[in-house]
Amino acid sequence: MVMFKAAFVREWRLLARQKADWLNPLMFFLIVLTLFPLGIGAKPNLLAEIAPGIIWIAALLSVLLGAERLFKDDYRQGVLEQLVAAEQPMLAYVLAKIVSSWCSTALPLLLMSPLIALLLGLDSAAWLAVFLTLLLGTPLLNLLASLGAALTLSADKGGILLALLILPLYIPLLIFASAAVDQASLGLDYSAQLAVLGAMLCLSLALVPLAVLKALKLNVG
Amino acid sequence: MFKWLDPYAKPETLYRICGLWFPWLMTAAVATLLLGNLWGLAFTPPDYQQGDSYRIIHIHVPSAIWSMGAYSSMAIAAFIALVWQVKAAQWAVGAIAPIGAVFTVIALFTGAAWGKPMWGTWWVWDARLTSQLILLFLYLGVIALAGAFADRQTGAKASALLAVVGVVNLPIIHFSVEWWNTLHQGATITKFAKPSIDASMLWPLLISILAFGLILAALTCLRLKTAILENEQHRPWVRQLAVSLAATPAKGSIAKSVTKEEV
Amino acid sequence: MRAVFSKSSADPVFTASNLCCVRQDRILFEAVNLHLAAGQLLQIGGKNGAGKSSLLRILAGLAQPDDGIVLWNEQPLADSDFSQHLCFIGHLSGIQPQLTALEHLEFWQASFGLKPADGYEVLAVLGLAGLEDIPCQLLSAGQQRRVSLARLWLTDRSLWILDEPFTALDQSAIVLLQRKFTEHLAQGGGIILTTHQPLTQHFPAAQLLELAYRW
Repeated sequence: MVMFKAAFVREWRLLARQKADWLNPLMFFLIVLTLFPLGIGAKPNLLAEIAPGIIWIAALLSVLLGAERLFKDDYRQGVLEQLVAAEQPMLAYVLAKIVSSWCSTALPLLLMSPLIALLLGLDSAAWLAVFLTLLLGTPLLNLLASLGAALTLSADKGGILLALLILPLYIPLLIFASAAVDQASLGLDYSAQLAVLGAMLCLSLALVPLAVLKALKLNVG
Repeated sequence: MFKWLDPYAKPETLYRICGLWFPWLMTAAVATLLLGNLWGLAFTPPDYQQGDSYRIIHIHVPSAIWSMGAYSSMAIAAFIALVWQVKAAQWAVGAIAPIGAVFTVIALFTGAAWGKPMWGTWWVWDARLTSQLILLFLYLGVIALAGAFADRQTGAKASALLAVVGVVNLPIIHFSVEWWNTLHQGATITKFAKPSIDASMLWPLLISILAFGLILAALTCLRLKTAILENEQHRPWVRQLAVSLAATPAKGSIAKSVTKEEV
Repeated sequence: MRAVFSKSSADPVFTASNLCCVRQDRILFEAVNLHLAAGQLLQIGGKNGAGKSSLLRILAGLAQPDDGIVLWNEQPLADSDFSQHLCFIGHLSGIQPQLTALEHLEFWQASFGLKPADGYEVLAVLGLAGLEDIPCQLLSAGQQRRVSLARLWLTDRSLWILDEPFTALDQSAIVLLQRKFTEHLAQGGGIILTTHQPLTQHFPAAQLLELAYRW
């Protein structure tokens, strides 16, 4: 617990002093979102139909973009090897990293969701669905992205490889989240999709941090 | 519990075992492949609905089944490598991955070839083909990760971890793509793997499935042998092997035999 | 409470036998044996590229040897409480450029269970008075190295494994560090390090293990 708090405070300080680390993915998200109407056409009906998919694709791409920095600096500066050698509660350290990265990427997304709904012509029922799926889905995005970051830590050209590895794993999340928003805009009940998202989140919370630990240790060794 | 398996994990022993098994597996594989495919492609009666175009089932279904079978085997080897720190299992992951990837590509191509006469287009986003495509991405990810590190051992371990992560996700991906398909495609297309298949078509299919499995096993043996040599090249037994092979040049070659000093 | 290296100062507590390391398909070193008892200093020497850092990482338990075993109190590293007695400072400094020296100490105290101490005092001993609150990227390389060595002043762990600790340090800092080593050895601790500095003046009883360059 002490370790979690110390690591979290440290991450928070680093994020506050390097604003590009979390502002850039956010700007990326907005820009990608704007590209779709520009590329496909801005008819309101069309936009409302593809909006759920667009939002989620833009969200997962921007999370992947910001994922590489998660462990890279600590690895490069030798902080990781000191922690692994001392066999410190690495789990607390990993969780602190994931929670702080969620706070820095997902919270702004959640706060921006009304704006997004406006840009893409979603009504309030659909916006609520966007908000709820983001709430349940972004932790999952961050968890898997941290796994990708840990796996590719000492690889050359880690950034794009990270995306290639993790994107297939994002597909179930994409399917269910966009389906939920779709249902909402049709006025139908989408609690089943939310339940599936919740189940995937619980499974990942249980398994992914352990895999991240293993990946960090084998990259440091 | 698995102590009796320990001696088999030694690379030298494993190399010999793979060397022993490979000729038998390869012969059996070629024999069953010829039997199953020739029978299926040329000698079975045409389907009442699809005519002759269904015959590609004898290639498509075995390769699809074994693309997933290879991934499971890869994941089991990866699990053994991670939990029991067995190096040979790590190398097995790298040995199986490209074979599985090729099976997936065959399944995709034959699936598309089957689709043309049935649906009129080369590609349709149905559940099976989409799942196969995602499986291909998973395979390519494992292969890419293994090669991305300066140190080969780190790459092998990382790709083993990825294989285990992938196998946990595989059922989830499979079911979500199926669910997605019912959502967007409407009625399901065919029942090509369902049991309403006539015996005369079933037997060649089963033999073809066996054949592909034997091919997987045979090629894995071969690739594992190569991987063992590659990773153990600094060990004395590999040096001795190289010397003994070089001392008996192949017929027709002009290679001089290499003395011990030169090695 | 200081962790004691061993009950009797004559017994080797940390031993490694028959270590072999393979890098890029070539043997870096093999059949390496060493032992360390309380109050002893072991220097690992050799040319650049001889494998000193790799050996150190194996000894610290970060990497697995390709052959051989490392024992702590006659138990393999993984099965023992070795990591609680180890203070490892590697070749990389462990310094984040955006954080201040005090923030580093704060994080280390929480993560390594260091003695609570006044950060200002420790940094003053290290010659960094007045520089505690500025981001470390504004410090020189030698000053950053001093911050990273502050762990040694705060720890009560008995075995120190250090990779090139004297890098970038000026003469006064080198003397300071050597004095700290003497203090630690006198308290019954052990030190394994690699360095290009001559240590025999200060530590006449030091063991030296030379790794041959094999590439």
